[in-house]
Amino acid sequence: MIRVEGLVKKYGEFVAVDGVDLAVGSGEIVGLLGPNGAGKTTTLRVIVGILEADDGRVEVDGHDVSSQPLDAKRRLGFVPDRPFVYEKLTGEELLRFSAGLRGRVGPEVDRRIDELLELWDLGPWRDELVESYSHGMRQKLILSSALVHGPSTLVIDEPMVGLDPAAARLLKRLLRQFADQGGAALISTHTLEFAEALCDRLEVIRSGTILASGTMEELRRQAATESGDLEEVFLRLVGGIEERRIARALTGDPRA
Amino acid sequence: MRTWREFTWLVRVKALSGLARGAHGAGRAGRIALVLGVGGLTLPGIYLLLLRFLRSLQSTAEVGPLLAAKLLGLGLMLLLSILLLSNLIAALSSFFLARDLPTILAAPVDWLAVYGARLVETGVSSSWMVALVLVPVLAAYGRVYGAGPAYVGYAVLVIVPLLVIPAAAGSAVTLLLVRVFPARRTRDLLGVIAAAGVALLVLGLRMLRPERLVNPEGFRNLMDFLAILRGPSSPWLPSQWTADALMGFLRGRADPFLPVLLWGTAGGVTALGAVLHQQHYSTCYTRAQEGATRRVRWGRLWNGLGRLLAPLGPQRRELVLKDARVFFRDATQWSQLIILGVLVVVYVYNMRVLPLRSSESVGRYLSSLVTFLNVALTGFVLAAIAARFVFPALSLEGRTLWLLRSSPLPASSLLWSKFWSGMVPLLVLALALTLLTTAGLGVGPEVTLLSVVTVTGLTTTFTAQALAWGIAYPKFESENAAQIPTSIGGLLFMLGALLTLGIVVAFQLWAMRGWVRSGLPWRQARPPSAEEMGVAIGFTVALCAVSGALAYRDARRRLERLEA
Ligand SMILES: Nc1ncnc2c1ncn2[C@@H]1O[C@H](COP(=O)(O)OP(=O)(O)OP(=O)(O)O)[C@@H](O)[C@H]1O
Ligand SMILES: [Mg+2]
Repeated sequence: MIRVEGLVKKYGEFVAVDGVDLAVGSGEIVGLLGPNGAGKTTTLRVIVGILEADDGRVEVDGHDVSSQPLDAKRRLGFVPDRPFVYEKLTGEELLRFSAGLRGRVGPEVDRRIDELLELWDLGPWRDELVESYSHGMRQKLILSSALVHGPSTLVIDEPMVGLDPAAARLLKRLLRQFADQGGAALISTHTLEFAEALCDRLEVIRSGTILASGTMEELRRQAATESGDLEEVFLRLVGGIEERRIARALTGDPRA
Repeated sequence: MRTWREFTWLVRVKALSGLARGAHGAGRAGRIALVLGVGGLTLPGIYLLLLRFLRSLQSTAEVGPLLAAKLLGLGLMLLLSILLLSNLIAALSSFFLARDLPTILAAPVDWLAVYGARLVETGVSSSWMVALVLVPVLAAYGRVYGAGPAYVGYAVLVIVPLLVIPAAAGSAVTLLLVRVFPARRTRDLLGVIAAAGVALLVLGLRMLRPERLVNPEGFRNLMDFLAILRGPSSPWLPSQWTADALMGFLRGRADPFLPVLLWGTAGGVTALGAVLHQQHYSTCYTRAQEGATRRVRWGRLWNGLGRLLAPLGPQRRELVLKDARVFFRDATQWSQLIILGVLVVVYVYNMRVLPLRSSESVGRYLSSLVTFLNVALTGFVLAAIAARFVFPALSLEGRTLWLLRSSPLPASSLLWSKFWSGMVPLLVLALALTLLTTAGLGVGPEVTLLSVVTVTGLTTTFTAQALAWGIAYPKFESENAAQIPTSIGGLLFMLGALLTLGIVVAFQLWAMRGWVRSGLPWRQARPPSAEEMGVAIGFTVALCAVSGALAYRDARRRLERLEA
């Protein structure tokens, strides 16, 4: 469960997140959409306690992230936008490290690690150093490390980057089951097809403020389109670009 | 022409981003002032010391000038070897591992521009400090020989090729190494080569027994000594050419051939490097993308260590284990232990060959003074090692910090594990150094106790201080651990550590002055009194504990507030 109220985050003078409210209940998957630089990554990083908010409240399972960070973080699984991990650890060691940081050790962890590595087809790579992993393999490893301690809340920044179609499908099914078992997931993504198929609710953010939120139906109403897929709704909400400007950018010809 | 434009563009981009990194952000004015301050203290210091030394040499008629020339030759040779090593390593990252390479290589830039730009980057990043140190050295030589302004121009003329040669040669050797080994393996290899090189250098210098030069009585007669001084030291080394050229100029007999030789060699090596680059670079760059080792070794050893650390609890255990694994799997890290080992051997040997064992009372007096010197030197070594290995502890987490920050790991646990995994190996080293040297000096149990307490205290506070400065001035984007301490934070740490060390040693000397004087020839020798010991030990423990605790607290506060 996540509850965010009036979140403000500045980088120096620049206001990256400007009064964001959102909530993710248990059993719910919420998608965070928005153009590049909208403040998605910043919001997620504040929620998981990597960045400190300048104003507002963030609660995870009823624990305030700034005043009870350890309780909040124990319940969280986080996947950052870029998969940086220790290059000199093996996949298995990384998962064990991640579990150990959350106080989990013993045969139960061993079993979970085996299961997760098998699930993501990383079995043959478990004893190899991460430095020889491909981008997608790293992404799978980090997804595993976010799940290894059995969190109740997942915060995932652009999960689809680098995943092959089979892994992407697996991730969708996994998240669905996670929610069905009572988990809460907040996911930022640019893959609209993924968001449309998976998310129970969507939050559209631009320039650090929430522009629109609700179910697919509610978004359609806000965007004043009857039918139309998420892509059309999204472009109507945040504004698209005319064909003419694209042609101009390609050719450099101002008359185009 | 186009190549030249591309070249200057590439160099400018690098220079600008370097400047931006140095000159922006919080505390810019303070940082600049600090650099100027430290430079303003060290460089004149070198100048004055060297000037005094050279003046005193000049007064010894026959030997003096020869010795001065020899010294310059040796100094430049040392410099050349250091430059070669640092260029080797810098070339690997600027030519093969830098993150901006894919962008540059994908752009339609001429190969020669890339070669030139990267060569300049390699050379500048590995020689600027050396070039800076050369200024006071050459100035002192010029002053002693009363050289005119033309000397400045001449010095630049013969020093610049001496910087170009190792840069071009180092880059070429790196290229050939990458041709044979994958880059990550080459990086490991270079780490080991560099470490072994430095180790050999230290051993070699020690083997030359420089103390002989200032102690001519050790030779059978003066003629032998002069013969050694006159003998050509290394006629094939560019450093010797530069030294000969400079000394010739200073004595009014400038050899026009030497600058030509130097510039010819520099040009030749650079051209050769360019040809090699053209022929092999793209193959090598491709190879450079391969990973190094895949399977990890010594699984059982790690498991054993894991069980050993079980009492720490899962969080701290995993942190310590992770740090150890990352360290020992990275050849650029562990190979520095080789240097450390050699330094220890040389240091202990030096202390043992000091002629202090003699029962003469002068020897006795000196040996009590040397005990303090020993503690001071050991402290200095410890500070330097802490700067190299403890200071970067947080910066090395770098882009993986999110793993720690998003987990329920209290800042205090993180600091705790960084502190102990830095402090314990440092303490082992400190105690080994101290016990080996004090045993060699033949001092009494009281003084040994004092030394042990002092180095233990220093190790504790240095570890805490190194962590605190390293957290206050993190350098997350660095790819090379050895570069992290060469920052303002590293400098501040060294200053703070040396200040602590200076206060401790000065106070101990003051507190023990009665005992030290009792070693004078005409006095009755006595062991230190309980009172002297109590004051010295008490103050040392108190100072180290307080400074260490303050640094530790500051580190924890900053770590809690750190954003990643
Ligand atoms: N470390 C930083 N320092 C200063 N400004 C930053 C920093 N990180 C992000 N920003 C700024 O904050 C704003 C929000 O960035 P953020 O990374 O949250 O965007 P995002 O929605 O995740 O974008 P994307 O879709 O491209 O990932 C951007 O304008 C960005 O320029
Ligand atoms: Mg983002």
